[in-house]
Amino acid sequence: MMSDDRTRERERLIAALLGPAGPELTCEECFEQLDRYVDVTLADRDPDRSVPGMRAHLIGCPACREDFDSLLEFVSGVDGDGRTPTASS
Amino acid sequence: MASEPVGASSSPADRLDAESRRWIDDLAGEGHAHAEAVARLHELLLGAARFEVARRRLALPHLRGGDHDDLAQQAAADALVAVLAKLDDFRGESRFTTWAYKFALYEAAVNLRRRAWQHRELPLEPDSWPDIASRALSPHEHVAESELLGALCEAINGALSAHQREVLVAITLNGVPIDVLAERLNTTRGPLYKTLHDARRKLRSCLSAAGLDFPRDDRGHAR
Repeated sequence: MMSDDRTRERERLIAALLGPAGPELTCEECFEQLDRYVDVTLADRDPDRSVPGMRAHLIGCPACREDFDSLLEFVSGVDGDGRTPTASS
Repeated sequence: MASEPVGASSSPADRLDAESRRWIDDLAGEGHAHAEAVARLHELLLGAARFEVARRRLALPHLRGGDHDDLAQQAAADALVAVLAKLDDFRGESRFTTWAYKFALYEAAVNLRRRAWQHRELPLEPDSWPDIASRALSPHEHVAESELLGALCEAINGALSAHQREVLVAITLNGVPIDVLAERLNTTRGPLYKTLHDARRKLRSCLSAAGLDFPRDDRGHAR
């Protein structure tokens, strides 16, 4: 178990240091496209084809990833009357 | 959920769903409808900002309940200004509310990340960096991964510029948020991420030159 944890930690470390391999958006482009990516994700309409480079950027940039997670969670919890969700953590 | 936006091939005006069109018309208009739309938008943005503050409250244990609401109110006010100023930039590629919410969540998140690091020294000096090499060396672990981490450690110290090293280590190893680092280094998120991107590319190139195998595909899913 300890060995599994260490392996996962080292994989995470290597991935964080090396970042994504493919082409990725910049932080500015990410912010511009974030709402579109979230709506397409929630509609199950192939977000990576709609916004190429977004997935790679979200893997490489922890802050943009947080922004994505937050918008996704929030928008998916807003009901038809615009009532807003409660934070899960 | 409200209706989906139409595909990206149509013009911005055609692309708007009915609800988004109403928002744009009311906000761009004048009089009572405009004032009412601004008030409604502020309410929505405040809900989003409160959500973000609640989501991150554990990272800010020293803040009191009143501080939380002040932060949310400030984020909502800043987001409202940003949304109204950028109304012409809305292309209808998402629902209007999704587009607007991102400003409130972003304003709250940036503010909260800065608060969380407000009185903390940023670990930028080499002697405060985590010891990557020690994590690499373990007789019970895979030799290849240990070798890879050892080579990464060497490349970080030998191939990167001091600035690239600072940015890479702060963001990826020490968990410093990029906007906090940007503020301390008197720059913005964009150039800093470019530095991180260039540093990573250099590390990959060093590993390739050393003939080492490393993950080349983007693993994991955004969702």
